[in-house]
Parts: sequence; C-alpha cells; structure tokens
Amino acid sequence: MNGAMQTHNRPPHPAPLEDPAPILEMRGISQIFPGVKALDTVDIKLFPGEVTALIGENGAGKSTLVKILTGIYRPNEGEILIDGQAVSFANAQAAIDAGVTAIHQETVLFDDLTVGENIFLGHAPRTRFGMIDWREINNRSLGLLQALESEIDPTIRLRDLSIAQRHLVAIARALSVEARIVIMDEPTAALSRKEIDDLFRIIEGLKRQGKAILFISHKFDEVYEIAENFVVFRDGRAVGHGKLPETPQQDIVRLMVGRDVKDVFPKVKVEIGAPVLRVEGFTHPTEFRDIFFELRRGEILGVYGLIGAGRSELCQALFGVTRASAGRLVLEDTPISIGSSGDAIRAGIVYVPEERGRHGLALPMPIFQNMSLPSLSRTSRGGFLKAANELALARKYAERLDLRAAALSVPVGTLSGGNQQKVVIGKWLATKPKVIILDEPTKGIDIGSKAAVHGFIGELASEGLSIIMVSSELPEILGMSDRVMVMREGLAAGMFDREQLSAETLVRAATGNA
Amino acid sequence: MSDVTNTKRVIPDRLGTKASRILASWEVLLFAVAVAIFVFNALASPYFLDVWNLSDATFNFTEKAMIAFAMALLVIAGEIDLSVAAIIALASTAMGGAAQMGIGTAGLVAIGLGVGLACGAVNGLLVSGLKLPSIVVTIGTMSLFRGISYIVLGDQAYGKYPESFAFFGQGYVVWAFSFEFVLFAALAIVFAILLHATNFGRQIFVIGNNEFAARFSGIPVERVKFILFLLTGLMSGVAAVCLTSRLGSTRPSIAQGWELEVVTMVVLGGISILGGAGTIGGVVIAAFVMGLVTFGLGLLNVPGIVMSIFVGLLLIITIAVPIIGRRIREMR
Repeated sequence: MNGAMQTHNRPPHPAPLEDPAPILEMRGISQIFPGVKALDTVDIKLFPGEVTALIGENGAGKSTLVKILTGIYRPNEGEILIDGQAVSFANAQAAIDAGVTAIHQETVLFDDLTVGENIFLGHAPRTRFGMIDWREINNRSLGLLQALESEIDPTIRLRDLSIAQRHLVAIARALSVEARIVIMDEPTAALSRKEIDDLFRIIEGLKRQGKAILFISHKFDEVYEIAENFVVFRDGRAVGHGKLPETPQQDIVRLMVGRDVKDVFPKVKVEIGAPVLRVEGFTHPTEFRDIFFELRRGEILGVYGLIGAGRSELCQALFGVTRASAGRLVLEDTPISIGSSGDAIRAGIVYVPEERGRHGLALPMPIFQNMSLPSLSRTSRGGFLKAANELALARKYAERLDLRAAALSVPVGTLSGGNQQKVVIGKWLATKPKVIILDEPTKGIDIGSKAAVHGFIGELASEGLSIIMVSSELPEILGMSDRVMVMREGLAAGMFDREQLSAETLVRAATGNA
Repeated sequence: MSDVTNTKRVIPDRLGTKASRILASWEVLLFAVAVAIFVFNALASPYFLDVWNLSDATFNFTEKAMIAFAMALLVIAGEIDLSVAAIIALASTAMGGAAQMGIGTAGLVAIGLGVGLACGAVNGLLVSGLKLPSIVVTIGTMSLFRGISYIVLGDQAYGKYPESFAFFGQGYVVWAFSFEFVLFAALAIVFAILLHATNFGRQIFVIGNNEFAARFSGIPVERVKFILFLLTGLMSGVAAVCLTSRLGSTRPSIAQGWELEVVTMVVLGGISILGGAGTIGGVVIAAFVMGLVTFGLGLLNVPGIVMSIFVGLLLIITIAVPIIGRRIREMR
C-alpha cells in the first residue's frame, strides 16, 4: 500500500478516551436561499478516529451541509475551523486542498474509462514533461484498492464491474486525495448487507488512521453499528447531539420528527383469507428458478435477499415485463398466462417498481395523467379521453393517500420522492388489483412519509388485497410481513412464518452462512 | 393509523386560468410570428394579397404538412422517419410505372398509398421488431427507397398520367380552396383529435416521456410505434399522390430534401425533438409560417438557394430560442 493513504504521517490514533480536539468544527453556520433558511446557526464537531452520524429527514439540511463542507456553497454566517484555524473554501478544490473529501450518494463515474482513470480524473499525477503519468495512476490506484481489500485491476473498464465494485472505486476516488475528513452521504443506499459489512470494515480502517468521518444515513441499525457520535438535523437546525450507544433509538426518532412515533412499523391484525395467487415452479432462463409460493387474501408476503438474488426479476416476470421460461401461475383457481404487463394488469396483478422515476412515472406529465394511465379504458369512452373522469379518479386516490401537491395538473417530477411514490401506488390501486407487488416501497423516502406508506400498506392488506413486498431493509421486512420468502442466487432459500422471524434467521438464509 | 394530520387537503385540478395557460404557449408566439410575416409580405409586395396568389402559395406547404402531422406523432413518441421523401419517390415511381401500363386513377391512388404503407411497414418492423434506432434505420431506407427509383427510372421520367388523376394536385373543391388545401385542413383535424383526444394519443406522449414507464404501465410500446411508422408511410403515400398529380410527371429526384423541411416544420411547430411534448396546432401554424416565408421570398425574387439557407437558420433558431430563454429565466 502506498500513496495518499499513508502520506499523512499522523500516528495511528488510540481509542479516544476523553473528547480530543476536533479536527473540524463548524460554528453558527447559516445558509440562506431566497425564501428559505436551509441551515440555521448549526454547530458541528468532527473528531479524529471517530464516526459522527448525521441524521435527519429529507429536507432537514443534510445535503446543504455537505455542499458547504465540500466548497460548493459558501455559508452566509458562521465559521469553519480545521485544527482550530478558521478556513473558508472558495471552491470545491479549496475544500479538497484543506483535506475534506466526500463520497456522494451517487458518485458520477464513467463507464468507458478505466478504474484508474476514474479514480484520478481531474487530479491525475503528471510526469516531468507534464504528460499524464499512467504508471503512477495505475500503481496508486492499485494501492488504494488493495487498502480497501479489493482485487480490482485498475486498467479494466468501469462498465465491467459490479455495482458493489463500482462503489469501491468511488470510495477509492474519494480517498485518492489526501483527506483527513471523509464525508459519506448515504453510502449504503445501494448496497446489500454483505457489501455494507465490507464498507464498515473499510470505515474501521479509516478510523484507525485517525480520519474524522461524517456518516449520513437513514438507517438506524447501521448508525448504531458504526458511529460514535450523532447529530440530528430538523428543519435546518441541529436539534440534538450526543454519544451513540447510550442514546436510545426512540429519542433520536423523536428528535428527527419532532414528535413521538409510537411504532414505526404498525402491523395491523388482518384475517388471512383464501389463496389468491399460486406460483408453481416459476423459472427464468438466467435470474431465478423453481420458485413456489402461495399468496393469500390480506396477506403480506415479504421477499428478502441480497442484491442480485433475483427478487426484482421474479417480480418483473410475475408482472409480465420479462418472460418466465417455465412454471405455472394460478390466480383464484384459474391458470393464467402472462405475456405482457397488459396481461398482468388485466388479471389484477400490478407492480410498484423500485426505480420510481425510471420505471414508474412519466415525470414531465401531470399527476392526473400518470394516475389514470393504466385505467384509461375505464376513464375514457370509445377510445376518447375524458379529462373530467381522469381528474376525478386522480382526486380520489390523491385524497386517500394524502398526496401533497399544488394541483393535479402539475408534473409529477415536481413532487418529493414520497409523494411520487404515492402517485405510483395510487395509479395501481385505481386499477382495483387483486395482487400488488411492492419493490422496495420506501427506498429513498424520508421517515415521515415512510410511516405513512407503511400504514397504508397495512390498510390495503386489511381491505383484502394480497401484497408481495420486496425489501432490503430488515426492520421493514420484519415489521410488516406475515410470511417471508428469502431468495439467494435465484433460488428460494427459505420460507418463514411470522413467529419464526428474526433478523439472524433471515440474514443467514440470505447469505447462506450456516 | 398514520400520524399525519387528518385534515383533508384540497388539491385544485389545475393552476392558473385557461387563458393564462394558452397565452404562455409556444403556439401563440408562433402565431404572432405568422401574422408578422403576413403583414410584412403584404407591405413588401403588391401581389401578395391576391386571393389566387395566396391559394397558390398553400401548395408550398400542404403536401409537406400532411407528412409533418404523422411525423409529429412519431417525434413525440421519441422516434423519427427520415425516409419520407424517399417514400414519395418510390410511390411516385410505382404510380408512374402503373400509369404507363394503362392503370386508371383509382388504381394509381391505391398503388401510391399501398407503397407508402409498405415502406412504413418496413421501417416499423426494423425499428419496433428488431429494436434498431430509427434514425439509423430510416437513413438506410432513405437511400434504399430512392435507390430503387433511380434503378427503375435512371435519367428517364414517367409522364403519362390519366387526365382525371390531375385533380388531386391541381383541382379546386370550392372557389380558391384547392383539393390539397381541403385535405390538409381535414387531416389537421383528424390528427389533432387522434393525438390530443384519444387514449392512443396519450400513449404516444407517455412513450415519448418515459418508454420504461409506458411498458411498465401496460402500454404495447412496440405496437404503438409500428402503427406510427405505418401512419407516416401512409401520409408519405398521400403526399406522393398529391405531388405527382400536381407535377404530372415523376423523376427519381422528386421531393429531394423534403425530409429536412418536414422535420423543420415539426420542430418549428413546438414538437420537442427529444419527444414527449407538442401539439398538432403548432405544426399547422408552422406550416403556414414556412409557406408564407417561401412565398414571400419568391415574390421578392429571392433565389432558391437562399431559401434553403433560410430554412436551415429557421431550424437552428427554433431549437435555440426556447433553450436560451430557459437559461435567461434560470439566471434571474
């Protein structure tokens, strides 16, 4: 190992006993945009060798803080101190020079460049003659990647890597500058449990090198696992901070939402009825095989597994977007064949996709036209549109889902993630389905809307809808499901009743570790 | 159940008044341009305001506009057809050959439309069947279709069309309203209804805005695209009948370069070249604007080369203006 990771000759930090001097301190930072105070006199301290978790709902000001720390915004008030010296970042480069680096939610990487090029893009080492020093790039990339316990070859193209490997490249890129302060903005959003464990090992390594880490995440279990300190943001203010293991989750949630959330996952007692959908030997040429399950009226079937286990592919085949190569579907005692999503919708099976913006909505089009889309045959007459019927249908489901929008004619793209999800769910409920498949229904949604979506899913089940819910969030799976099917490498690795459910059982089944 | 407030929010159907929405549209701006050009032409040339001159001027755009209507639907759906002018050449050649063999007017029209449909089907199969990009497919078929015309005709021309065939391009329905102009108006209404008032039209918009979401919503994307290519082929066939009838002869170079003028008309009419947005009304106004400009320049004895420069500039300006406007608004 060589390069940037070692060049700071700080002694490895022993586990801090009393509060050491902070590496970075922000005092009274305010950021004002026209009409909004995005941050209001915020104080934050980051300590060497410690992870500080930044927790808050969407819109609480977390991203603004990241942008200030990375030199993209200049705060209107307050000061930033590094090692006790006041600094101000004129631009992004100044922040990097001061030793701050960030791993963003979605780091922009380039598919057609090599791993090394991606890591050193913009700050490539030069030879004496001012040419790019390729050997140095590849050597240092290799060093960085090996420090991350990865065997990726720096000369291969990014497009040949898996998502998890790309994530490592993004981390290597962030660490390729000499940084003492590392900001991680929802780094686990796209990762499976195993990859998260790998990431946490990397973070532990960074801690040992004495780096200060700001860790932004929605997920409490992760925060408790990795962080020493926490800061909670609400409406642009830092409303609380403290040490982590000591502070119970309820307290943090209360700080976040400003009120008590009695139970984040309200499981409604529902009478489970007769079988609705029977899946027998469902098989896809490459993604999954031999899937058997039965879904009953009012039942929520959780589907858990690592990324790549074939969960989304199974759902998409049930919905007719991709074709299964073998197997049988029986809906209410009638065998059905689904060749297209149109067939599935007519049969009463609908799918709320994981990627809302990409697969679920036409973002530039009005809310009501998105809502009415699969129901056009009912709202129209003789193939001619009836806007009044569409608006009435959209209004009905907007009210039911407590949609927040300026008007039903505004583009869906102007809504927040939570409200966009409500439009997708509404559009499918309007088709009066029998089975609704939810793929990561609360991914990227802030905790307030999450509770609303969970409550709503429970309501649907109690009205007799059968629900298949794919989720990577264990608390969600554990809290909501009547039964859970675990998938691993395209196979059903286990089916568990509610009484048998525990985090350990599911993780063991999903990873195959006995 | 949820801890959100229980007070029902009332969400209005739409924002602003209908008048304010219409006034802010591209079509109104374009209409103002059309009026300005009309007034300018009337002042610049004493011959402009003559009814029969104006009637003649409509031939500058009617045939192209018929294709532009179908092209607009295709562009909104995120596809394009650059082979339309070549389809005219092939359809016209087929009609010429048939006329040579003594086939009557009805038969010729059927052949013209049939060739148009067949060419549209070829494009449609390649794009929606084999999932090839339409810009490449139709550049290919553009050469292919016109190439067949050149092989059949060489430097010859077909010219013996039945007398009654002349009506489509030279006849008048009432007073100064030509058959072509009446057909143009009727097709404008049909296409406007198809795009803006039917489920099929809504599907076109959804496909253009997000093809994945369209597919995930049960829309038969490939079928819709195939139909749109068929429709564009058919309209090219209709234009071929009108143009051949008007010229009374067929050369393989017939309608050379029209695809660009048709695309210009579509874009000028406010159809987003990226797909997903636009109106038939905009295309109708754009047709008049282009017709008036060509006619006005003709009256002023401006040579044809200059006109093509003008069409090119028009295309660039139309694409640039909204983008520059948006940047200015964002800077404020």
